[in-house]
Amino acid sequence: MKKAYIQLVETFVPQNVLNNHDLSIEFNIPEEEVFNQTGINTRYHTSDKELASDLAVSVGEKFFKENPLVNKNEINFLLFCTSALDYVGPATACLIHEQLGLNKSCLAIDVPMGCAGFTNGLILAKALIENETAKKILFITSDMPSKVVHPKDYHLRSLFSDAAAATLISNEKGFEIGQFAFGTDGSGAPNLIIKGSGARNPIDEDWLVKYKEVGGLKIGRMEMNGLEILKFSLREIPHLFSDVLEKNKLTKSDIDYFIFHQASGIIIKYITKKLDIDSNKVLSSLADYGNTVSASIPIALSVAEKQNLIQPNSTIFIAGFGIGYSWSATIIKN
Amino acid sequence: MISIEEFITKLEEEFDDVQSGSLQANTNYREIENWGSMHALIIIALVDTEWDVSLSGNDLKSTNTIQELYDKVASKIQ
Repeated sequence: MKKAYIQLVETFVPQNVLNNHDLSIEFNIPEEEVFNQTGINTRYHTSDKELASDLAVSVGEKFFKENPLVNKNEINFLLFCTSALDYVGPATACLIHEQLGLNKSCLAIDVPMGCAGFTNGLILAKALIENETAKKILFITSDMPSKVVHPKDYHLRSLFSDAAAATLISNEKGFEIGQFAFGTDGSGAPNLIIKGSGARNPIDEDWLVKYKEVGGLKIGRMEMNGLEILKFSLREIPHLFSDVLEKNKLTKSDIDYFIFHQASGIIIKYITKKLDIDSNKVLSSLADYGNTVSASIPIALSVAEKQNLIQPNSTIFIAGFGIGYSWSATIIKN
Repeated sequence: MISIEEFITKLEEEFDDVQSGSLQANTNYREIENWGSMHALIIIALVDTEWDVSLSGNDLKSTNTIQELYDKVASKIQ
């Protein structure tokens, strides 16, 4: 059986920046307090007409430009993960496929997931490589949470950020992808949800009137019960961690680094405490990028690689978790 | 379960904006300066990570003072 590897990662952020100074003025909260509450300095926002699929095309173009040795025509699978599709149909992956000029023999599929999207998609990619259905998979994770956050909602605005990542998964080299553990608990759906974003309870005239002053929130409004999301994270991640260790025949001391979905400073801090792990082993890009939903893990991995923080022969635990509730995790080894 | 004094010390350590020695057992923790939802999240996370006790929003709502919060946590450990 072929092995699957994360071969390359590229990232992209839109131009508009929301920093703590901006939030401090808008919400009359000291800048230091914004950071203490979130662990974030900088968030990125798409412009009015810029969508998650545009970020996806931008990160794809950047990927091929920065990695000229990767032959675009050899990509035979495009996975596009987002919670912000252009249309219910056609698949947004097909539109991105066209704009990137990928080969017609490349299949393009949407993976409509959120915070756990990267690790969930990685499960699919690993299986496709191992069973030799795909040889080179371009896995793009891209999201634009800023467009579904109410402008007056300080908590969500201070956390979420728009970004995209392109990850090449192949059978060649890079970070070998290990065995996964995962789970789902749909009873948590109401605790993090984008209301008015689909066929169930679509927006109506009352909605448009209610949100008229903030542009109508025409593609939905994110609502989050932060307390329940925190409790969910602290409840499930320890089980997820021990399951991954068991499936990969590892012990805690074998793990050199940890990359958690960059949910918030408080969630990462207390997961670190609950797992009783060295905080120096926890790789984070939260301060400079915010919570970028499904792009957060590849961004943290890319940042750590660019800063030469990851030593050769390292074993890294990666875990995605959140909206759904959905969660999954694995080990990657370079 | 640790003593109420140690519990208070742990709370003070977790709250970045609270000075050591400023909290008492009879302090209404919601009256801490700049109290906000973040403090509630920190209490939930602290109690979960230290004592493996999952407090609900209603558990918090049913307490006012730090002593009541301590008693609530202690009752869930037993």
